Amino acid sequence: MEAAAEPGNLAGVRHIILVLSGKGGVGKSTISTELALALRHAGKKGKAVHQCDSGWVPVFVDQEQSISLMSVGFLLEKPDEAVVWRGPKKNALIKQFVSDVAWGQLDYLVVDTPPGTSDEHMAVVDALRPYSPLGALVVTTPQAVSVGDVRRELTFCKKVGLRVIGVVENMSGFVCPHCEECTNIFSRGGGEELARHAGVPFLGSVPLDPELTRSLEEGRDFIQGFPESPAFPALSCIAQKILNEAPVGLS
Amino acid sequence: MEEVPHDCPGVSSAQAGRGASCQGCPNQGLCASGAAAAPDPAIEEIKEKMKTVKHKILVLSGKGGVGKSTFSAHLAHGLAEDENTQVALLDIDICGPSIPKIMGLEGEQVHQSGSGWSPVFLEDNLGVMSVGFLLSSPDDAVIWRGPKKNGMIKQFLRDVDWGEVDYLIVDTPPGTSDEHLSAVQYLAAAHIDGAVIITTPQEVSLQDVRKEINFCHKVKLPIIGVVENMSGFTCPKCQESQIFLPTTGGAEVMCRDLKVPLLGKVPLDPRIGKSCDKGESFFAEAPDSPATLAYRSIIQRIQESCSLRQPKGENLVGS
Repeated sequence: MEAAAEPGNLAGVRHIILVLSGKGGVGKSTISTELALALRHAGKKGKAVHQCDSGWVPVFVDQEQSISLMSVGFLLEKPDEAVVWRGPKKNALIKQFVSDVAWGQLDYLVVDTPPGTSDEHMAVVDALRPYSPLGALVVTTPQAVSVGDVRRELTFCKKVGLRVIGVVENMSGFVCPHCEECTNIFSRGGGEELARHAGVPFLGSVPLDPELTRSLEEGRDFIQGFPESPAFPALSCIAQKILNEAPVGLS
Repeated sequence: MEEVPHDCPGVSSAQAGRGASCQGCPNQGLCASGAAAAPDPAIEEIKEKMKTVKHKILVLSGKGGVGKSTFSAHLAHGLAEDENTQVALLDIDICGPSIPKIMGLEGEQVHQSGSGWSPVFLEDNLGVMSVGFLLSSPDDAVIWRGPKKNGMIKQFLRDVDWGEVDYLIVDTPPGTSDEHLSAVQYLAAAHIDGAVIITTPQEVSLQDVRKEINFCHKVKLPIIGVVENMSGFTCPKCQESQIFLPTTGGAEVMCRDLKVPLLGKVPLDPRIGKSCDKGESFFAEAPDSPATLAYRSIIQRIQESCSLRQPKGENLVGS
């Protein structure tokens, strides 16, 4: 598809960030959500920050309409309906999400992806290529089993010419809220080592925090609600690094 | 089949071979003739191959990172502790093959013989197959679209010389897409005992797992039961703490609502992750852990369920 400046496509989007991982369950959606919230809070001019998965008319999550959201979840008749589609059908929908949504003027488009290096990833990279994405945030947990898959994701990024903004190590240690004992439930340090091995920036480690889990379950704004949480400094730092690379403009 | 165009209408669609996007596709002739919509001959071939495999169990989850591969590996370890039980573990996660690492078999290669591909044997009675064994470097990415992944899964089921097997455990990637459809369709004529579905306690996980349960109903795949993994964490110092909170009642409430069995709950034990990273059995590492006891109880329930299933020859999985 050609990158014509039609209304409803991504012509008005300043920065596109893909959130990827080779591994499932490492926190891509969590990091996507928290990044969108943190960018919104940092966007001093109150610019629009949109989080994208799929859709036609974005669903605004707040009164100020500073964050909108798209997902195939909004297209299901029932929330438990399974989307049992093979690759080609998924690719077609992803293309539509990119080209047929009235995004308007956006500072950041954060694209949350499923785990892997398959149809969805190729489709979204191809569809976004004309718009020169800022790059990919690659999420891992510290253990070797996770890093083992995520290093393949880094190879994918290299092969498709997608710049890696950096690696995030999620679920990096758990600080017990009762006694402050730190337990490395899923090990520690694997993400940092992976970044070093692959020669890409390491953006930070986000610890496990039940308050973060709970706020995601309840759909609450963690960044606003829990500034004291151990996960907050890490998430803010990651958002700040993105802002340094791709600041909110004055337009 | 070879690579298909991005907007392929689907080989069983009425537009197959006739649509605008079909022009120039190497399979256009095949689709237009209707041959592609005919049943795949591999299904019969796989049925023959599977005659020496008594029980087939799919380990599924709608959600990633809940512990499917960890569970599959330990189900295999647990069943294989009886040296008279022949166990096979097949990893059909093509993009993120974790099983070789978890089983301590990284770097192993697959050999071909006259009777097909040989699985990699961890023990005499425990054979493993994964795309991981076909990759030359741990950094190699498998950047394949659906049809190519399906082809690999077909080969795994048809061309691997599993031999006489009591339990074939199939570990899957998260979701309800190509790999899952292919596994169910290729095994359609053989007899799948059922699916073990893994979840963690949070709603974010259950939301995806309910979809997986619906997928099973849609494709008429029996559900052996659900396992709630990472169910509770005991801080080693103060004995308190929950991490993945069952904000909507966890798997217990979901299973009750959807009328599927809850096979058990496995607590979080940091030693599990470490064992997987080292490629060792957690049961050997921590035989007295509450997690080990939970796993063993679940494995027993799975064995009981399999022994109650219809005898071979009865097709319970719709095609």
